[in-house]
Amino acid sequence: MANRIAEPPPPGAATPAPRASPIALLFKLGLPILAALLLIAIPSFLGDFRLGLAAKYLCLAFPAVAIVLIWGYGGILSLGQGIFFGLGGYMMAMFLKLEAAAQDNTGSALSQFYGSNLPDFMVWNSVEALPWWWLPFHHLWFTLGAIVIIPAVVAFALAYANFRKRVGGVYFSIITLALASIMAIVIIGQQGVTGGANGITDFKTFVGIDLDTESAKRGMYFTTVVLLLLSVLAGMFIIRSGFGKVLVAIRDREDRVRFSGYDPAMFKAFIFAVGAVISAIGGAMFTMQVGLASPSLVGIVPSIEMVIYAAVGGRLSLVGAVYGALIVGYAKTTFSENFAEHWFYFIGGLFILVTMFLPQGIAGLLDRFRASRDRN
Amino acid sequence: MKRRGVTVSNFDRRKFIKTSGVVAAASALPFPMINIRSAGAAETVKVGILHSLTGTIAIAEASVVDAEKLAIEEINKAGGVMGRQIETIVEDGASDWPTFAEKARKLLEKDKVAAIFGCYTSASRKATLPVVEKLKGLLYYPTYYEGLEQSPNILYTAQEATQSVVAAVNWLAEKKGKKFYLIGSDYIWPRTTNKLAKPTIAKAGGTVVGESYYPLGSIEFASEVNKIKAAKPDVILSTVVGGSNVAFYKQLVAAGLTGKNQTLLALAVSEEEASGIGPENLEGFLSCMGYFQSLKNPANERFVKAFKAKYGANRVTGDTLACGYTSVYLWKLAAEKAKSFDVPAVVAASAGLEFEGPEGKIKFHASNHHLYKHARIGTFRKDGQIDMIFESPLIEPNPFPKL
Repeated sequence: MANRIAEPPPPGAATPAPRASPIALLFKLGLPILAALLLIAIPSFLGDFRLGLAAKYLCLAFPAVAIVLIWGYGGILSLGQGIFFGLGGYMMAMFLKLEAAAQDNTGSALSQFYGSNLPDFMVWNSVEALPWWWLPFHHLWFTLGAIVIIPAVVAFALAYANFRKRVGGVYFSIITLALASIMAIVIIGQQGVTGGANGITDFKTFVGIDLDTESAKRGMYFTTVVLLLLSVLAGMFIIRSGFGKVLVAIRDREDRVRFSGYDPAMFKAFIFAVGAVISAIGGAMFTMQVGLASPSLVGIVPSIEMVIYAAVGGRLSLVGAVYGALIVGYAKTTFSENFAEHWFYFIGGLFILVTMFLPQGIAGLLDRFRASRDRN
Repeated sequence: MKRRGVTVSNFDRRKFIKTSGVVAAASALPFPMINIRSAGAAETVKVGILHSLTGTIAIAEASVVDAEKLAIEEINKAGGVMGRQIETIVEDGASDWPTFAEKARKLLEKDKVAAIFGCYTSASRKATLPVVEKLKGLLYYPTYYEGLEQSPNILYTAQEATQSVVAAVNWLAEKKGKKFYLIGSDYIWPRTTNKLAKPTIAKAGGTVVGESYYPLGSIEFASEVNKIKAAKPDVILSTVVGGSNVAFYKQLVAAGLTGKNQTLLALAVSEEEASGIGPENLEGFLSCMGYFQSLKNPANERFVKAFKAKYGANRVTGDTLACGYTSVYLWKLAAEKAKSFDVPAVVAASAGLEFEGPEGKIKFHASNHHLYKHARIGTFRKDGQIDMIFESPLIEPNPFPKL
């Protein structure tokens, strides 16, 4: 990922638009336009069902935003963002499941069968006591803190250990890929305490609020949007700061930055940890709104899909990543509703088209358009 | 989850040809056709079919869709349900559990289907359950499974664990011997099944000389086969599922344990899996199911003939296919009995409902949403078909057994 000297300046970031063409304005106002779309347009035009789907895609936009930060600007291609998405999702699921188990009525028939009152999957796996590491997830504040802190610590330790030894580039990508696979295998294998391939499902309430009411769903949608916009904003802040400049310098010429006295490992590990936290928040919101945490959100395939969202939106555009996740998610749903048996081919075709003709994604297309206008 | 199927012959080619056709058709007339379809909805009643048509489980699950579509087609030809033609909306669960939840929600909220026929793995059912409960939908679940569930919005049309394993163990202990060896894939269904098997074996005066579980997808059974040979069990009770069975049977036969000299009864190997495992490796081994293609009764002969006529002479039917087919008819009968498509009315009318289907006469339990079913044991033939050698009377479903 290093040694790319002729990288175009990041669109939508530090470059001031030379003239106030409509497209330049679009870039300048990228975030406000996105905010208006997500906060006003989508909720007022979509019914409850479609709004729920939009919320699901937006949860997947979190890891896409993270990938723009760590891949587009940090030069670290992570093929294991599902690890952190899954960590956040599973921690939220543990909290919700414990709350549901405490008031579960169907659990009584099960507990007569097995004689215990634990989460359902533990009961039928003959787990007799709650594992110690489940216990703190009874508490909301612990859970919320853990969703932020645990992925950050894990990601930082992992990345620093590797980058310090100057393991980077494609080798680090392979390591993240392997870890994503390992995490999915561990979750499936340890079904007694993780729910296994079934995942953790069937939540009822979140701190007493019924998750299935319309108001709760709208509330969760707006929470997701606000958290997502804050993540994009934080990403923009990082990119424009001095830290961001060093990061881009590391991406383009790591050895020169090192000779200048910086410790690239520290910078890269930090941005990787930031990406992990953003992904984990997305995972937690996903679990709340879709209603389950599953190993199918952790492994290699979802991790690579997250990279695709970022690529479709544009590797260098934080706002674009959100559009990428929305567009791919919407395309998946539409194609699969209308062509149930063959929709995979359409999605495959979409990805091929984007990588062949839009290597910089949608943001890159707009950028090219702007450049050609500016020339004229 | 349940089991992974091994193979369905010609599936890929068939699918590819159909795909190319649809791609061509789709480019010619993109979206209006969908609107036309829903415009004529006044005289029809909508049902959803929700199985995996893509992804890892599709190879086993996609054929269930064929059986369900066949039943719907037959009912429509005979005049529909209460004079209304059935309109089918097929959705793809894509072997992905969140997708199952999304599609179930779409079918219920957007399409407002009267019933969904769907799910195969327990994982997909667990993901769908909260959605159908909250939206007050109705799901017919056609796969044999571990029990321990009874949702007010799900009707379970295949065997739950007690309906196969208890009958199978009692029969084996009486006819084949008392030393049991339990081997299974490592997830909820095999573990629950063996949890039921062990007290049943003890009650029948038998002993368990070995018990082991292998991760889903395992293909290395050589050391296990050696352990089995050392333990010399009278009976191997297998709950190994899916692709692992190919390796398991091949390695057994290679080690000299064949259908001629070793009794092995599998609870998750049906005719549908036979071509993948290789019928020559299966010959003489036993299978316990609720349905075999070779069953001799008029309803089954009609079903098999119609299925082959519609989908090809080389296709085989199996337990899940028969249950999917039966599910559609059970829904029709319940709706007609209730004179309504309302979910509570259909569920209420289902209690005690009887049907003469491919697996003979079956009947819904008065309250627990499961069917009274026969357990049937058969021997694999050289051609992958199964000859029935034992048939239990109808067994009462008991999804929450006391041990």
